[in-house]
Amino acid sequence: MAAVPTPNPNGLPQPAAWRTRFRREWREWLLFALFVFPNLFLFGVFNYWPLLYNFYLSFVDWNFIRADILWVGFRNYQRVFSSTKFYEILWNTLVFSVSSFIFTLILGLAIALLLNQRLQGRNLVRAVVFSPTMLSGAAIAVIWTYIFDPRYGLLSEILGFVGLPSPNWLTSTFWAMPALIIVYVWKNMGYSVIIFLAGLQTISKDLYDAARVDGANAWDRFVHVTLPGLRPIVFFLSVTTILQSFQAFDIIRVMTGGGPANATNTLIYHLYELGFVSFNAGQAGVVAVVLFIIMFTLTVIQFRFMDQSEHGER
Amino acid sequence: MTQKDTSVATYPARTAPQERAKRNNLPRYLSYAGMLAVMLVIGIPLYWMVIASLKTNAEIYTIPPSWIPLEPTLANYPAAWQAAPFGQYYLNSIFITVVGTAIKVFFAVTSAYALVFLRFPGKQYIFLILLAALMIPPEITIVPNYITIARIGWVNTYQGILVAGIATAYGTFLLRQYFSTMPREIIEAAKVDGANHLQILVLIVLPIAQPALVTMALITVVYIWNDFLWPLIVTNSAAMRTLPIGIFWLLDQEGVTNWGVVMAGTVFVIAPIVLIFIWAQKYIVEGIAAGAVKE
Repeated sequence: MAAVPTPNPNGLPQPAAWRTRFRREWREWLLFALFVFPNLFLFGVFNYWPLLYNFYLSFVDWNFIRADILWVGFRNYQRVFSSTKFYEILWNTLVFSVSSFIFTLILGLAIALLLNQRLQGRNLVRAVVFSPTMLSGAAIAVIWTYIFDPRYGLLSEILGFVGLPSPNWLTSTFWAMPALIIVYVWKNMGYSVIIFLAGLQTISKDLYDAARVDGANAWDRFVHVTLPGLRPIVFFLSVTTILQSFQAFDIIRVMTGGGPANATNTLIYHLYELGFVSFNAGQAGVVAVVLFIIMFTLTVIQFRFMDQSEHGER
Repeated sequence: MTQKDTSVATYPARTAPQERAKRNNLPRYLSYAGMLAVMLVIGIPLYWMVIASLKTNAEIYTIPPSWIPLEPTLANYPAAWQAAPFGQYYLNSIFITVVGTAIKVFFAVTSAYALVFLRFPGKQYIFLILLAALMIPPEITIVPNYITIARIGWVNTYQGILVAGIATAYGTFLLRQYFSTMPREIIEAAKVDGANHLQILVLIVLPIAQPALVTMALITVVYIWNDFLWPLIVTNSAAMRTLPIGIFWLLDQEGVTNWGVVMAGTVFVIAPIVLIFIWAQKYIVEGIAAGAVKE
């Protein structure tokens, strides 16, 4: 920033200034280009270009193989938006994301509050609860498929102990979605525990002491000190958790394959299915565009809010 | 208001030692019980995987299941190794993870160094373009990227698995934050001593940034090792599959009828990451927490 030459009245560097700057700094510019452009180029090809390409694909009819790509206008959109399956999938995505988000945040906060006390072994518990986030989703899904096995699985044993019959978790249109949510929350809540714990540490001890002097009990302190102090963290985690749940693919692929009867089919799974099972590049493009718009909106909301809270509080 | 007054009034009582001990211990026990519950909820599924991999087939298919293997056996491990080409899967996973992590760290280091220490017209816009790439979830790019990779002829190759996700915004961002907190005087002093940028990068910046580098590398290792969707799409033969894809196919073939073998295969997939995590959990956990709280 310091190196920017004096601008002319139009706000643009004068050509002459530019030229002297170039003469002085071209080695550094070259090094910068060598350092940054490979990264930038790959983002262009594999991140930005696909956005445009998805948009283009959503207007064509193509099966990945045929030489001719047929321009069909809005027909793919009509097809997708007029199928009842698409709305089932939207609903499933909503159910999956909202439930995962609620359980991850509540359990994450509860465990974080537990571990925020001076207890022996809390670092061990923190590491253990975080560990599933580090493990392969496919492998976790395989373990849980075994646990959900209605005859020989661990859950049927535990339910039998309490005297309940085990549902046919993964083959039941009702229970397959709850089963996926259980696995997803089990795997991912450790992340919110870590973030909540870090957030709890930023709340000043003085506030708690002041509240205590005022005679606030534990609940009052939680509602009036902890929760307001965690507000930015809660918001950050809400958006991150929802965005991440939109991207949940491996456990769905392994455990249910989107079934039974589309009961666990979500937008991301549907995109995969359209693209790589039915080879319908056009409709896959439509779903990709829809998914991008939803996720982009959420991200923009997040950035907006973070800016506001930063300027507001400092 | 009245509540306030009464609790203030009880303050002197709290200083009586016995009274205080009695009052404080119950929540403490409850907290330890809560911690135990958390350990069990997370630990039991993993424990279940390990003991199932050590059980005979007959024992797995008995009701009620046993919590400790009655006749522990390691036979499921060689059986799993033969049921699917796990040797090849390991080779593929290790190769892709090592090469992928090396390239990503390289890109992150060079990009972050350039963005912090080198002059370039409009570099803040370049940073924004890199950062905005974080807003494009890789999942929605699968169809176009598959088409691109197919056009280059890289389907079912290591480069095909690697290249689509090799650019790094997260790493660049993390290291840029770290680099920009470094004292400028050291860099300037080195420049005065006649050091060029490569020397400054290798001899001064990288050693100081070591903790951030380790964190970034570890998180990248975990990410590449576990990646599922893209390798699933871009590979089409057992020879190129990575471990997560391999365990998925093993479940497809053997699941339900041969849980012991499948669980042994699952141990193959997660064991390396568990070891890395045990060894480096401080780096990983604190790195993730720091990244989020700084905002």
